[in-house]
Parts: sequence; C-alpha cells; structure tokens
Amino acid sequence: MRISVQLNDFDIGKELKFFNNDDTNIGAVVSFHGIVRNNYEKSLLHMDIEQYPGMTQKAISNYVEIAVERWSLYDALVIHRHGKLLLGDQIMMVATAARHRRDAFQSAEFLMDYLKSRAPFWKKEVTKDGYQWVKSVLDDESALERWT
Amino acid sequence: MIKVLYFAWVRERVGVPYEIVETQSRTVMELVEELKQKERRYEVAFSDLSAIKVAINQELCDFDTKLTGATEIAFFPPMTGG
Repeated sequence: MRISVQLNDFDIGKELKFFNNDDTNIGAVVSFHGIVRNNYEKSLLHMDIEQYPGMTQKAISNYVEIAVERWSLYDALVIHRHGKLLLGDQIMMVATAARHRRDAFQSAEFLMDYLKSRAPFWKKEVTKDGYQWVKSVLDDESALERWT
Repeated sequence: MIKVLYFAWVRERVGVPYEIVETQSRTVMELVEELKQKERRYEVAFSDLSAIKVAINQELCDFDTKLTGATEIAFFPPMTGG
C-alpha cells in the first residue's frame, strides 16, 4: 500500500510497474487518474489545491484500509497532488490490485468516491477575472450512499 | 487551549490559517457562537453552518460534538478533491 500527497507530478507507468510486480495472486489491476480540465467558459489559468496536511494522509489511509479489507485487495495506491496545477496536469491517481477485475473496479470507484468528498482537499479555479472555490456537488455526496 | 484551523474560503473570511483559542465552550457549536460574538469576521465566516464541515483532532465530527479531549479543531467547506 502506498499513499502519497505531493506537490510534484508522477509517472503512471512507473507507478503501475512498481505496484504490480511481485504478488502472483494478482490477476487484475485497475487504475484511474484525474486531470485538470478547463471550465465551461474556457477561462481557466490554473488551479490551486489546498489541503489539511495533518488530516489528508490519515483520512486516505482510513479509506484505503477499508477498501483492502472489503475487496480483499493485494495492493492499493493513492497519489494526490496539491499546490498549483496547470491545464492538462495530472491531479491524482488511484490503483487497486485484486485477484479478479470486479473487485479491482469496485474498490477503485469506492476510493475515488471517498477521495472526492471525504479527503480534505479544496480546489480553487483561477481565471483572468479572479478566482473561485470549486463547489461540492450533491452527486458526489450521494455517490457515497451506494457503499453503505 | 485549542488550536483552531480554517481552510479554503473559511480561512479567507476569518483572515488567518489558524489561531490558539482559550475557551470554556463544551461543544463545537458553543465555540462557534463564542467566536461569532467576538468579531464580525467570524459572523461572516460562520453565517451558514450547513456549508461548513468540522473535524476534531483530524477526524470529521458534528457541531454538537463535545470538545472533551480536543487539541485541534478545523473548520472548512465540503471537500472537493479527486
């Protein structure tokens, strides 16, 4: 298991190679990564991601442990960046390794749903006219219900 | 003494990222009321509590949670990571 909250970019290829290299029980790896996209007005200059340093690692570890237990994962990886990110930059990635694909897919979705609304990160969109904090979406909150 | 932290727009409205607060409040809600009475900027920051989440010692909790054992309390908008 690896959890990293970092300023720097990451190499998905390298991460997955390292992730999936020695356990012969693993038959399925699912990975997801999020990218900084433009807003509807196409005016985004960059994004600032703020975090609560003491809590992020703790909160993510908590949900990774739940996922490992619930879907019998052999490995799990979460990387989340903070600080200033430009259009097209990678924001975060999640990877899960299981014996079968169903467990890998479901646990990756579970981790994504919880990262979105339970890990202490806040996105700020900076445009030429100023900035605004990204509002949480009700859909993100209700997405958690299917896991309870 | 409790370390009180603020994030995102809550931090901007309060004007500081954190502060040390001496308080007799027993719950999160009592602390919020105490802060709101202190200065106008807290009133602005805490005007809509349905838009604010709270964590005690880095774990999410509710506004009626007791402050017993709390060394750190944080106020922030709903998270928008991922």
